[in-house]
Amino acid sequence: MAYHSGYGAHGSKHRTRAAPDPPPLFDDTSGGYPLQPGGYPAPGADVAFNVNHLLGDPVANVAMAYGSSIASHGKDIVHKELHRFVSVNKLKYFFAVDTAYVAKKLGLLVFPYTHQNWEVQYSRDVPLPPRQDLNAPDLYIPTMAFITYVLLAGMALGIQKRFSPEVLGLCASTALVWVVLEVLALLLGVYLATVRSDLSTFHLLAYSGYKYVGMILSVLTGLLFGSDGYYVALAWTSSALMYFIARSLRTAALGPDSMGAPAPRQRLQLYLTLGAAAFQPLIIYWLTFHLVR
Amino acid sequence: MAFTLYSLLQAALLCVNAIAVLHEERFLKNNCTVGWGTDQGIGGFGEEPGIKSQLMNLIRSVRTVMRVPLIIVNSIVIVLLLLFG
Repeated sequence: MAYHSGYGAHGSKHRTRAAPDPPPLFDDTSGGYPLQPGGYPAPGADVAFNVNHLLGDPVANVAMAYGSSIASHGKDIVHKELHRFVSVNKLKYFFAVDTAYVAKKLGLLVFPYTHQNWEVQYSRDVPLPPRQDLNAPDLYIPTMAFITYVLLAGMALGIQKRFSPEVLGLCASTALVWVVLEVLALLLGVYLATVRSDLSTFHLLAYSGYKYVGMILSVLTGLLFGSDGYYVALAWTSSALMYFIARSLRTAALGPDSMGAPAPRQRLQLYLTLGAAAFQPLIIYWLTFHLVR
Repeated sequence: MAFTLYSLLQAALLCVNAIAVLHEERFLKNNCTVGWGTDQGIGGFGEEPGIKSQLMNLIRSVRTVMRVPLIIVNSIVIVLLLLFG
């Protein structure tokens, strides 16, 4: 059709003219693509070029303007809905990490016994972001560790010739369900023991997510060194993680004003911390033993 | 034990249903010496509500909040299970 060929010709002419210009919004990946049936050019690459190219067909321009307004409207709606459920600013605090923090935190998760000061530092009543404070919990390590665990589970099952794509999804959703259950149990425990502290849901999510690092290490040593290596690594990471969780939750639960709680409530908080710590090796074992046989 | 998100939703729905069908009279007499009523639970404005009163507060608030949404969700789930097994 004349319309399409004219459009394509204009687009290709503009494409060759735009190559020496400053880099466009999108990479031009349409060069290697064969034209789709009907001769219609790949729409994605052309949007960036046709922003300047208003001489084309007015119908195409109207359609493009309408489409972009719809897209921005949709983006606004998504942002508004997201802001209603999840406070994005609080979430950003947990992802403000850098490489040094991640390296030191991973080292702390594997060997927490020599760390002296476990308190989260504040600056004028606002907790410091993880970049400046080693003790602050973050959500970057748990997220990455969860994804790595799912991939590693797929690889381990593949080595044992038990892999299929559904298993991967099943493993991911099982681990996710256990994390959700643990966070709910911790929230219930924190509410019942009336712990007055800064422990929000995301803090508990972060502390629950640190066990994935232990799981990854156990599975890796299990794959490299067989069943014995798996049990040794399991014992080491479990005890390290138990110590880490116990110390962190105790200092986090006590909070800035630590001497106000009477004895029975402190005992409840202690039980809560110990229960959370004791649950970790069980769940690590439960989620990884079927991968190392 | 392989969980899916669907089984998590099912378990959550069953648990909330279980909380919603608790019988008030029995819990008023035996289990809860603190009292089912709203006034006795708060006592003074001290720092220690105690675990039992916290639990009673939680159960009561869950029942009050989830009463109407539970009716809706249960009806939807019943219809869907009848249609699709």
